Amino acid sequence: MPFKLDIVGETGLQFYGKMSASMSHEIKNVLSVIQEHAGLLEDFAVMAKQGGAIEPQRVTTLATKIQGQIERANGIVKGMNQLAHSVDEPVKSLDLGQTLTLLVALSQRFASVRGVRLEPTLPSNAVTVTSSPFILQNLAWLCLDFAMQVAGNGKVVRLSVQPAGQGAQLKFSQLEGLGDKPAETFPGEQEKALLQALNAEVEMRIGEIVVTLPGDPTR
Amino acid sequence: MTERVLLVDDEQEFLDSLAERMQSRGMNVSKAATPAEAIMKTEKESFDAVVLDLKMAGMDGLEVLRIIKEKRPEIQVILLTGHATVEAGVEAMKLGALDFLEKPANLAELTKKIKEAQAKKMILVDKATEAKIKEIIQAKAW
Repeated sequence: MPFKLDIVGETGLQFYGKMSASMSHEIKNVLSVIQEHAGLLEDFAVMAKQGGAIEPQRVTTLATKIQGQIERANGIVKGMNQLAHSVDEPVKSLDLGQTLTLLVALSQRFASVRGVRLEPTLPSNAVTVTSSPFILQNLAWLCLDFAMQVAGNGKVVRLSVQPAGQGAQLKFSQLEGLGDKPAETFPGEQEKALLQALNAEVEMRIGEIVVTLPGDPTR
Repeated sequence: MTERVLLVDDEQEFLDSLAERMQSRGMNVSKAATPAEAIMKTEKESFDAVVLDLKMAGMDGLEVLRIIKEKRPEIQVILLTGHATVEAGVEAMKLGALDFLEKPANLAELTKKIKEAQAKKMILVDKATEAKIKEIIQAKAW
């Protein structure tokens, strides 16, 4: 091909595509559940027309379930919307607790398919940094993706954020399998490019991955 | 003849409502919410069709399909997926799936596929029985 995408842009597109595909898949699942509940209500109506007795409680239960699925879909769309808006400003002040919450919402399905449980701990006080929202979200996903691969037999990834000097740290811990993987697999070329773009550093410790972010990468 | 169906999906509400609708249409329906439960049920019970979700927690639907077809080749498997890709469809057919439907699936279409599955399974079972009878006759030299 006559052109070449830069690695940060290409990694970002891959991330956005992966998340969009996963969330649209989740919405399809929700639609399928709603369709079957609606079909069941239709069956009840047919039975009632034929003189069959329908318990009102069954209709109420189905209506409640449909409401629950609508709330679930709303949460998925909210996540899609937040991710879409993360490209609005190249650099801004970010609450890392919100970044962590969005990361968990986006990654829940991937974790579930791998049988991994995500355990986020949100900070009691806001931890803020000035950074690129989209690139940071992308880096956090790649770290979590690797963390899930090395979660080991415990099948748990703990996620937390904490202040560190002028900046902050994003931690992925309880990684029982960390050490089984050769060191050269992480951080890879993509993670290194994103770390450089954010002026951030990653450190591999026993059972944990720690990303250190500067308070303001422009300073 | 009543169709014996195993529904496999990790969405419990989807399983419950679809099973109830299929039962009210005269089908004999069992449910499995995990791949392991689905594999165990196909080993212990006889089904005309397995309606299997492609993406589930713990094990890929294609892997479940492979295991079921390896152990019980006569069982017909219909895959359901939230996002059908050509690659996954081709792979499923190669592994012996009867069909590949996209979610949300239409119940009338799914019922039609289940009836096809039952007919195909009966042909396979008849052929296997015929082959076994021939084998016995030849062995006994009657």
